[in-house]
Amino acid sequence: MKYMPLIIANLFRKKLRTALTIGSFAVALFLFGLLVVVRGAFSQGVDVAGADRLDVINKVSIIQPLPYAYRDQILRIPGVKAITFDEWFGGVYQDEKNFFPQFAVDPDNQRVVYPEFAIPEDQWKAFLQDREGAIVGSGTAKRFGWKIGDRIPIKGAIYPGNWEFNIRGIYQGAKDNDDLTQFWFQYKYLDERRQFGKGLIGWYIVKLNSPDDATHVQKAIDQMFANSPYETKTETEKALASDFAKQFGNIELLIVSVGAVVFFTLLLVTGNTMAIAVRERIGELAVLKAVGFSDRFVMFLVLGESLLIAAVGGLLGLGICKLFTLGGDPTHGFLPFFYLPYPAIVLGIVIAFAVGILAGILPATGAMRLRVVDALRRV
Amino acid sequence: MAIPIVYNLRSVRARWVSAIVAVLGIAGTVGVFVAMLSLARGFKATLVSSGSEDNALIRRDGATGEIDGVVPLDQARVLQDAPGIARDGNQPLISPEVVVIAAFPLKSTGTDANVQVRGVSAEVLKVRPTVHMKEGRFFEPGLNELIVGRNVAGTYAGLNLGDSVRFGGGNWKVVGVFDAGGSAFDSELWCDSHVLSQVYKRPENLFSSITVHLTSPAALSTLKDSLTSDPRMTVQVDREVAYYDKISRGLTTLVTVLGTMVAAIMGIGAVFGALNTMYSAVSERSREIATMRAIGFGAWSIVISFLFEALLIAFVGGLIGCVAVLPLNGLTTGAMNWQTFSHLAFAFKITPLLLGIGILFALLMGLVGGVPPAIRAARRPVALALREL
Amino acid sequence: MVRVDGGGGAGSLIQIRGLDKTYRRGGEEIHVLQGLNLDVDKGEFVAFMGPSGSGKTTLLNLLSGLDVPSRGSIVVAGDEITHMSGNKLTEWRARHVGFIFQMYNLIPVLTAFQNVELPLLLTKLSKSERRKHVETAMAVVGLADRMDHYPRQLSGGQEQRVAIARAIVADPTFLMCDEPTGDLDRKSADDILNILTRLSKEYAKTILMVTHDPMAAERAQATLHLNKGVLVEGVAAAAGSHV
Repeated sequence: MKYMPLIIANLFRKKLRTALTIGSFAVALFLFGLLVVVRGAFSQGVDVAGADRLDVINKVSIIQPLPYAYRDQILRIPGVKAITFDEWFGGVYQDEKNFFPQFAVDPDNQRVVYPEFAIPEDQWKAFLQDREGAIVGSGTAKRFGWKIGDRIPIKGAIYPGNWEFNIRGIYQGAKDNDDLTQFWFQYKYLDERRQFGKGLIGWYIVKLNSPDDATHVQKAIDQMFANSPYETKTETEKALASDFAKQFGNIELLIVSVGAVVFFTLLLVTGNTMAIAVRERIGELAVLKAVGFSDRFVMFLVLGESLLIAAVGGLLGLGICKLFTLGGDPTHGFLPFFYLPYPAIVLGIVIAFAVGILAGILPATGAMRLRVVDALRRV
Repeated sequence: MAIPIVYNLRSVRARWVSAIVAVLGIAGTVGVFVAMLSLARGFKATLVSSGSEDNALIRRDGATGEIDGVVPLDQARVLQDAPGIARDGNQPLISPEVVVIAAFPLKSTGTDANVQVRGVSAEVLKVRPTVHMKEGRFFEPGLNELIVGRNVAGTYAGLNLGDSVRFGGGNWKVVGVFDAGGSAFDSELWCDSHVLSQVYKRPENLFSSITVHLTSPAALSTLKDSLTSDPRMTVQVDREVAYYDKISRGLTTLVTVLGTMVAAIMGIGAVFGALNTMYSAVSERSREIATMRAIGFGAWSIVISFLFEALLIAFVGGLIGCVAVLPLNGLTTGAMNWQTFSHLAFAFKITPLLLGIGILFALLMGLVGGVPPAIRAARRPVALALREL
Repeated sequence: MVRVDGGGGAGSLIQIRGLDKTYRRGGEEIHVLQGLNLDVDKGEFVAFMGPSGSGKTTLLNLLSGLDVPSRGSIVVAGDEITHMSGNKLTEWRARHVGFIFQMYNLIPVLTAFQNVELPLLLTKLSKSERRKHVETAMAVVGLADRMDHYPRQLSGGQEQRVAIARAIVADPTFLMCDEPTGDLDRKSADDILNILTRLSKEYAKTILMVTHDPMAAERAQATLHLNKGVLVEGVAAAAGSHV
């Protein structure tokens, strides 16, 4: 890379212009990263959905309940390894703005079906023994400054009254993009105290022996309860999350369009800058050729400058974006998944390079084709 | 005396490639900005127009929406004699309603969406005078009949006039289409509340909410005071408009914040592009600038001249951006409102104010991108520039 | 009358006394002009010659208000320009100086007419009055039929003629020419010099010209050489400068 000093020196010729072009790249790639993050947030966890889990909901709609009695019947189906259930509580903590998801869970099976949520053994045991106990995700705990042992009052909305819970444990996630906002408490507690809906749960989550069992177990469950008062609709967790995400309208279309607009513009800006820079240096490039550097060399020189700008700008933009996401969800609750995955960063760098090459190719070939005689005469 | 404008116009034309680059950069930014804000505005407008000034919504105290609370029948009966409620002859204009969700496939993706189904009273059209039947007829009380909002047939599959659908464990027939003036109701299915309760196996005497038509907008406080001081009642009373404003806030704020953030970032990029263009222009034209200064045009004339060019480019960019997104106006799309957990069809709403803001944004970018190069143009030592080859 | 000894009376149009100009370059001080004197009467055509780096351009810049001296005074038509602020200097320049450069320096996106009109935009003349002045100026340089051409459509010689027209259109106190024939072939150069000569003889214009070209210097009434920071008169003082 003995020509690197030459490339760098040329870029330093007009420092402001180089800085502005790098800035354009950085901005565009920061935006790219942000759009990936937002798209991920709206997908509401499609990526974290387990491949070996099925969700069983009431066929009418997800807010209709299912009988607790179904549990044992489903467990007997071959292919089913374990089963647990959730019920949406939807209470209010101090203010409606302080939204976080609250579920009444089946404590005996919750961890079997959701092994990815890490809770220290002693905390879990304490939770099991306390009827009014609760386990909360580290995200929500941090948000409100809750510690183990705190007594949390929640005002019921669906199930009226003042409900109070003792925090017995705080769960962490295994990966960056796990949902750390959930609040779990004992189903028994809910079912005892509530005035209606007794004996009913929200939906079941079934853990399969292997992902291959998905199709036949899904069919078996729905057939079992067809034509009953509570018909079921069973889907893989991924499919359910994906359907849910699709209700958010053409978010993906919006994101793709914005992305396209940004990159098209970026391409123009950089290409134009490169072209101007080359135009200004025709004299020098001609001299280089006269001295004995090949046409190909001159082309690679110009291309090299373009790529260097792209690389620096791209890394800068993506880096800043990653830092931004480390701060967590800026809307406090609406976007539990606010995270820039490494594959996206790699994709971003590839795109930056591609744009760098595309933008530089025309001026570079122009520089390559430059005839020394013409160029020197122009000077 | 100023440098003639024809100089700027011709100079821009001579360097048209750079100018177009800057124009497109600004156009793209303004377009995205206006599009996202109009999305938020359309969403909000659809929801807010659902409520009227002279209707009150009564729900269980503590409920955050309509679905997560219940008002029992005996409390609904108290309303019959409450003050401030308009009457049609002897009948108080009250509509106790049962609100549930049913899954229907979206026409756009084929996957299910949570559609809001509202069991209403037979007097609902009198309680909500802004809603009119458009096609077909009103449902027959006691029967499994549906009337659908004007956006329903186009958004969800299988809900055209005359269709039969199965949901909730029962078979229903779509007998009419109503027009609710572009509000959230246009995405809803309405039917008899008693029938809905039965089909959904809900206790007969529980309602999700009760909507009443007031004698006048001012009557709200009378009604509210009366109900909240009544020991038999455990309800909250809101003006319908205020309720819809509240439940629109979540998504509206999110889209607005997101849209502004994206536009701001793009704006920075566009400004960089504009700066690059203008600095290059100054650089290429340094001899002309010096000549004009030698002739006697002052530094101010130069600054204003270049600033004018930058603003011209920005203005054209802003105009193109606005024109490019205009076709979106009125385009319906759909999204799910977290706050009600139901899907809603709404349209992009581009207002003249929004377009004005877009153009101002463009001019701001032009200013930021034009001032530093203009100052540099005016500052260069004349003698030096004249001898530059 | 032209004098370089500082002894001229108060009647001269241009009067320079004790002009010093020092540059700093890379830590070193370079004294370009040292105690230079000059008197030029109205209507004189003066040529300045000297080797490269002798300070001809510096003198030019100082005289036309584009630069400020380290010491000394410059009085033009009674105005002491060395003490003028930037804005005043610009105004003064617009009124008193007409420039003709070696590289013509026409604005490529304006027509010949518009280029010539440029200095008039700084005056309060109406559009029709400006048109009259431009047409007159263009007639003097013999390009009345090319007013709507762009610089790229003109030859080098024609471009320089447009530049001259621009320089005289506002009727400035004196013309400042910096190597006006430097970029031209012999024939075009002669055309230009003919015009300058006419301007001097027929229109009694005061012309100061920096040049390398001996044929150009011949047209002037007096030739001054810049040597060691001061001006000296006569041909003999610069040995072997031309044949």
